[in-house]
Amino acid sequence: MAVGKSVKRIDAVAKVTGRARYTEDFFEPDMLTAKYVRSTIAHGRVTAVNTDKARQIEGVEAVFTYEDVPQTTFATAGHPMALSEVHKDVEDRLLLTRDVRFMGDEIAIVVARNELAASEAAGLVEVEYETYDPLIDPEDILAQDARPIHEGRSNIVGEHNYTFGGDVDQAFDQADHVVEGRFATAMVQHCQLENHIAHAYMDDLDKIVIVSSTQIPHIARRIVGEALGMPLSRIRVIKPFLGGGFGNKQDVVLEPMVAFLTLKLNGRAVQINMTREECMLCTRNRHPFYIDVKTGVMNDGTLVARDMDAISITGAYASHGHAIAAAGGSKQSSLYPKAATRFHARTLYANIPVAGAMRAYGTPQVIYALECATEDAARKIGMDPVEFRLKNVARQGDINLLSNKEILSCGLVECLERGRDFIDWNRKKKDYEQFKTGPIRKGLGVACLSYASGTYPVCVEIAGSRIALNQDGTVHVLVGATEIGQGSDTVVAQMVAQTLSFPYEDVLVVQAQDTDVTPFDTGAYASRQAYVVSNAVFKAANQLRDRILAHAGIMTDEDPKHLDIVNARIVDNRTSEAVMDMKTLAIDSFYHKERGGQLTAEISYKTTTNAPVFGCTFVDVTVDIPLCKITVNQIINVHDSGVIINPVQAAGQVHGGAFMGLGAALSEEFLIDPESGYVYNNNLLDYKFPTFTDVPPLNHDFVETFEPTSGYGNKALGEPPVVSPPPAIRNAVLDATGICINTLPMSPHTLFSAFKSHGFLDGKGGQHV
Amino acid sequence: MKKIISVTINNEIYEIAVEPNQTLADLLRYDLGLTGTKKGCDTGDCGACTVILDGDVVNSCLVLAIQTDGSVVDTIEGLATEEGLHPIQEAFVEKGAIQCGYCSPGMIMSAKNLLDKNTNPTEQEIREGISGNLCRCTGYQKIIEAIDSQKS
Ligand code: FES
Ligand code: FES
Repeated sequence: MAVGKSVKRIDAVAKVTGRARYTEDFFEPDMLTAKYVRSTIAHGRVTAVNTDKARQIEGVEAVFTYEDVPQTTFATAGHPMALSEVHKDVEDRLLLTRDVRFMGDEIAIVVARNELAASEAAGLVEVEYETYDPLIDPEDILAQDARPIHEGRSNIVGEHNYTFGGDVDQAFDQADHVVEGRFATAMVQHCQLENHIAHAYMDDLDKIVIVSSTQIPHIARRIVGEALGMPLSRIRVIKPFLGGGFGNKQDVVLEPMVAFLTLKLNGRAVQINMTREECMLCTRNRHPFYIDVKTGVMNDGTLVARDMDAISITGAYASHGHAIAAAGGSKQSSLYPKAATRFHARTLYANIPVAGAMRAYGTPQVIYALECATEDAARKIGMDPVEFRLKNVARQGDINLLSNKEILSCGLVECLERGRDFIDWNRKKKDYEQFKTGPIRKGLGVACLSYASGTYPVCVEIAGSRIALNQDGTVHVLVGATEIGQGSDTVVAQMVAQTLSFPYEDVLVVQAQDTDVTPFDTGAYASRQAYVVSNAVFKAANQLRDRILAHAGIMTDEDPKHLDIVNARIVDNRTSEAVMDMKTLAIDSFYHKERGGQLTAEISYKTTTNAPVFGCTFVDVTVDIPLCKITVNQIINVHDSGVIINPVQAAGQVHGGAFMGLGAALSEEFLIDPESGYVYNNNLLDYKFPTFTDVPPLNHDFVETFEPTSGYGNKALGEPPVVSPPPAIRNAVLDATGICINTLPMSPHTLFSAFKSHGFLDGKGGQHV
Repeated sequence: MKKIISVTINNEIYEIAVEPNQTLADLLRYDLGLTGTKKGCDTGDCGACTVILDGDVVNSCLVLAIQTDGSVVDTIEGLATEEGLHPIQEAFVEKGAIQCGYCSPGMIMSAKNLLDKNTNPTEQEIREGISGNLCRCTGYQKIIEAIDSQKS
């Protein structure tokens, strides 16, 4: 049984020995380097560009400006093509721009023989601007007379409304209490360890080959075609090992440009290798949200009404734009399916860096506000927050009123119970009563989450798998599912091994993606892969199994229905005796002169279900009032992600997500100058993502349910763990101090203002009063 | 102008001409093809480029190649032998301390250096000992477990 076992990662040895090759480890002969010329203002229009000095630098091969690029706007979001207008991505990007929309916008590009010459020359390109006031504050962006950030378009990229569960206003009228809150989340960044990088060349002056660190090779191929006006078949995208993505590479950032440059330079290889500073400033990040929430609750603890009004800031370009707010808002219906709920969201352009997809796609922002508001409602009626949630959260058999689908598997109640036991909730609640005054305070917090296992029915969910029997009796597997570090190749191997009854070691998954070769799949995002690929793999493995048994039947003159595969041997299922090993069968199928052939199976499958997943975080915190510091003493994430295919890898996903959640809760934010749009901390020294010494030991647990719509009972896991830690910590700080900190991150800076305004500190700061 | 240096890398002596502004990380990666050493920032903040220089860990992106004349450098490529993986590499594999793997070479070099100098570190000493290495995937949890399993 390979599923459910913590087999070793298929790529572990390659990675610990340094042999795994990432995009930067591939060198093309004579490869050139390109560097962008970036705007030094946040909002304006270029009036003149002078490239003369840049061209004189030794080693410079070419300089292109916004005048030299195709004038067709394209969308960069890594979504499958939408056949309906409603779900179409916003086409607002050119390869280079004359209209400047954030500090760092791409005006020109220099191509040179080496990095140094390219950087020097880029610095010598002279740009003159007509400058406009940067629009950064939502009020300014929405003002009647605000300048459109994209000419001819509203500054509102999208607006979204939905209601479910009955008449919301009436539910509020009938509620015993109505609790209100206003919440804000910061712009944070993925900070995947490998920066964005890509290179392109032409094999034969006809086809462009792009090697890129991307989560979406097949989508990148299509978008490059759209951006350059070329047929898709002339573009080939190769994805080597990836040094993390977290959504930042679910967007087409460099691929169209390297393709354009190689086209312009006679097929010569050109690379763009972003610096960390560029990668942080000029790729994508998480949308900051401003959210107002109203909650209606009865004295007996029934949650009856919810109204949420959100503003999401997408920055200079739409990228994933409004899809983020819509996706985030939709998770409420699977978490609290019984309350009458209204959600309204507007997504705005702003003259700040571009927001895009980031781990859990709008859900961390929405669930943060939702779970803080839920806490406030529980406190209002004096009910224990765990009991309050147990009374109101989804259970198996509930109907998700937004999708009108029954929730077929749900272990959230048990997640809450296990988390409560682990953190020793009832005992500590009493013990911590004595820590509610004075400089050192202690508290406990909880928050729940719900997420989805893909994007259906908003987008198509398609996965492909091809399995071929090798001459030595092993199999090779090709999938379009994209390994980016999350471990999907390993999980696919486990699935194939399980269904074929092969040893895990005999299942070899081809690591690199190549759009000329690998079956179509839309890529790594939405925590979709293990769920969506499971059905394609399950069907392909069964098809191959049937073909192997059919050939065994021909070889042995037996009816295949009496044969079976057990641990890679053909077995007579009446006697359980081994008939032959897989190699013998394989050799016959390849080389017998009259019968057989290479035994393969191939499936492309569309999943038309979308299983909700659930989880929660429990934390125990100490708040040092004079130091304005939160210490997380203990944290656990408990998840229902269906069947856990590989417990060790799954634990790694939970730890990594909880860690990112801790960062977002306590320290991570882009510091953006509100006047100029300048970002102060786009580097790994000043942007504070947690180091080894900043995180407590991370705990996890799984409540395993069986999801019937999935090939192996599994559901999504990659993104959900990031969602619930921030509200859990906020709720624990509230428990400890009695203060609602409704802004992320809860950095010392934020705490200082809050404590000061509540009279916890004297005016000089530092003294506890 | 280039200058010839002589440097011992993974027990092999290299005589090689380097530019005065070339970093050790770039020498390893681009001139010698030892691409196991990764770069995540080029400014000394992430630790992906960690190698061992004359017995101490350094961020090879902050060391000029020219400074290593006469030195001994150990990189991730030198760790496994014909007998197999180094025990720390083995521990990273066993404990699931790897996800994307981009931090792993630098992380493993730092872990090796830590354990070479302190064979029995506490959890806090492990955290502090390798706090110069960032990982964005694992939350560090399984990396600590891997290093902890190698204490004597
Ligand atoms: S690349 Fe050297 S420390 Fe980041
Ligand atoms: S495993 Fe990806 S950065 Fe550490």
